[in-house]
Amino acid sequence: MSIQDFIRNEVTSNDVVLFMKGSPQFPQCGFSGQVVQILDHIGVPYKGLNVLESLELRDGIKQYSNWPTIPQLYVKGEFVGGCDIVREMFQAGELQSMFKDKGLATTTVA
Amino acid sequence: MAMDAGEIERLIKAALPDADVTIRDLAGDGDHYAASVVSASFKGKSRVQQHQIVYQALQGQMGGKLHALALQTGTPEG
Repeated sequence: MSIQDFIRNEVTSNDVVLFMKGSPQFPQCGFSGQVVQILDHIGVPYKGLNVLESLELRDGIKQYSNWPTIPQLYVKGEFVGGCDIVREMFQAGELQSMFKDKGLATTTVA
Repeated sequence: MAMDAGEIERLIKAALPDADVTIRDLAGDGDHYAASVVSASFKGKSRVQQHQIVYQALQGQMGGKLHALALQTGTPEG
């Protein structure tokens, strides 16, 4: 399976996927850590994929989304954005309503 | 591996001549900047598309020479 197929499979078979540096328990980059905090605060279940474990994944994800940096958040197979966009959407309440609109359970009320 | 604020602004303005660009150096190490880019060409584009336009303007430096660029993009009001 090519790295692009692997990525496509991950983002389509998991509702919420965060390609990050480190893991949700141990983020190894400030920007990845910020997105983890936001997702944990909202309380939506998500899968963390550590790009530091594979250079092929780390480069492959950037080609897949045509986005040069990590972290990258995917919801229902769609690229949502990196740290800036996720934080901006969270502050505007758009992230919470997006999860609600896509039928994804969250613990905080939008 | 570093870029200076002027170079970032020059690259963005080369791709977006009408853009109003302000750059803030976050760490003084030439690697961590915040930039706000306002341009009419962003009209009708999603945040992701707007940021991608800025990243393309930086000709592949983003994620390489430039480690972090906190981006805020928008269209001119009115």
